[in-house]
Amino acid sequence: MEVSSHWRVRQQRYALVGEVCPSCEVKIFPPRDVCPECGDEAKTHFQFSGRGEVYSYTTLFDAPQGHEAQLPYTLALVKLEEGPLVTAQLTDVNGTKLEVGMPVEMVTRKLRSDGDRGMLVYGYKFRPRLQAA
Amino acid sequence: MMETPQINRMLKPDRGVGIVGYGAYIPRFRLPASEVSRVWRGGSGGVPIEEKAVAGLDEDVITMSVEAARNALARSGIHPGHIRAVWIGSESHPYSVKPSSTIVAEAIGATPHTLAADWEFACKAGTEAFQAAVGFVGSRMADYALAIGMDTAQGRPGDALEYTAGAGGAAFILGPEKQSLVAVEGSYSFATDTPDFWRRADEKYPEHGERFTGEPAYFRHITSAAQTLMESLDAKPSDYQFAVFHQPNTKFPQRVARDLGFSGEQIQAGLLVPRIGNVYAGSALVGLTAILDIANPGDRILLVSYGSGAGSDAMSLRVTEHLTSRREAAPSTESYIARRTEIDYATYARYRGKLTLQ
Ligand SMILES: [Zn+2]
Repeated sequence: MEVSSHWRVRQQRYALVGEVCPSCEVKIFPPRDVCPECGDEAKTHFQFSGRGEVYSYTTLFDAPQGHEAQLPYTLALVKLEEGPLVTAQLTDVNGTKLEVGMPVEMVTRKLRSDGDRGMLVYGYKFRPRLQAA
Repeated sequence: MMETPQINRMLKPDRGVGIVGYGAYIPRFRLPASEVSRVWRGGSGGVPIEEKAVAGLDEDVITMSVEAARNALARSGIHPGHIRAVWIGSESHPYSVKPSSTIVAEAIGATPHTLAADWEFACKAGTEAFQAAVGFVGSRMADYALAIGMDTAQGRPGDALEYTAGAGGAAFILGPEKQSLVAVEGSYSFATDTPDFWRRADEKYPEHGERFTGEPAYFRHITSAAQTLMESLDAKPSDYQFAVFHQPNTKFPQRVARDLGFSGEQIQAGLLVPRIGNVYAGSALVGLTAILDIANPGDRILLVSYGSGAGSDAMSLRVTEHLTSRREAAPSTESYIARRTEIDYATYARYRGKLTLQ
C-alpha cells in the first residue's frame, strides 16, 4: 500500500471514525459517503463507541505477505453496537476460549510494518472487553 | 565559577494547575525473573523482582500511549479537541525520526490544533513532559495539555537489566486547578551531567556504569530533588499519605524512601516494580496512577522521578474532591496488573524481537 493511501484512512483506521446518515441516522463503517439504507449522501463523521460482539471468527496459521510477523492470529467479523459489521483481528486472545457473541472492544494496535525501513501501520483490532474500575 | 544565586527554587505557575484526567496502560504478558535466571544463570542466585510486563507483538509505545491517553480522556470528561499539546516521554519510540506524538494525537482526536513532540531524558522523559505541561497550562497559553511517560524498555540478553526492563506507563491531562482531580502544589527539577546509563544512537541495547548507577546518580538526584521541594513547601514526610519514586528495582525506591524519612506503608501503593518491572519513563508515573486509584480527597502525594544522565523531577500533589467520582470512568491500574498471561523466555525472545529471522 502506498504511503498516501495509509494517510487518507488514518482516522477511520486508528479510531473507528465512520459516518452517520443525516436522513435515516444509519451508522456507516467503513465510510463510503453514501447511505447503504436510503441512498442519500452521508458525509457526517461519526465516532463509534468501539464496543461490539464477535459475529464469527477464524484463526489463521498462514498469512498474506507482509502479515507473517504476528502469526498465528484470529480474524473476526465484529458486530458493532451501532450496527455495522467490521472485519478485524482479535488481539489479546491467545489462551482465551473464543465464542460467537463474546463482547469485545476496539483497541489501536500495530497492524504491520512495511519491512524494516518502511512505515509502521497502526489500526483497530478488537479484544475481550476490559471492565472499567 | 560564580556562586549560584539564591533563588526561589520551587516551580509554580501563577495559575493553579492540576491533573484533570489520568490513565494507565500495562500490557498483559509477564516474564518471571526466574525465567531469565533459568536461561542465563542456571537458575541460581537472587532476582531483583518477581516478574515484568512485556508488550505483545502488536504493541509499542504508540499503541500503549493511545490506550493510556484514552483512559485519561475518559476520566477527564473533556473533548479531545481541547488538548493543545501531546507530549510523550520515552526511550523506546518506534521511529528514530517521526514523532510518536502525532500518531497518538490523531488516534485520540486531538489533531490538528495541537503541539506534538516526543521527549527524551532516559527514565524521566515522562515527568519532564509533565513539568512542561504544567508550565504550558499555568501560563494560560492553553487550558489542557497531555503528558505521557511510556516505555517498552530494552535489556541486552543476559544483562542484569533483562530481569527488570518492563513495559507500561501512564498518561496525564493537565488543566486548570479548579477542575482538577489532583492539584499540583509545586514542583522542582534537579539535573547534572552524570553518565550512569546511556544508549548511543543506532545501538539496540543500553550500557550502564554498574555501581555508579547508585550513590552519585539515583540516590543523590532523588534525595536532592525531594528535600529541596519539601523545604520550599515547608512540608515533611509525615505530611504525605503517599510517596512514589522511580523504580529501577525493588531495593532502590525502598532505600531512598527510608533515607528521606518515608515509611514502607507510604510507598506501598505505588511500588509496582516487583510485579511489572522497571517501566522506565513510565515508572514513577504509573505508580502514581495506582495511588490515585485508592487515594482520598485531601491526601498529599510526593512523586520523584529519576532519569539517567541525570536528573530528577519532584512534585507535590494534593487530591481534590473530584477524584473519587471520576476514577471509575476507566480501568484501574490494578485491573491491568491482574490481566496477566505468563510467558516463557522463548516467547519473550520472539515478542521482543530478539530472534533474527534473516
Ligand atoms: Zn440513510
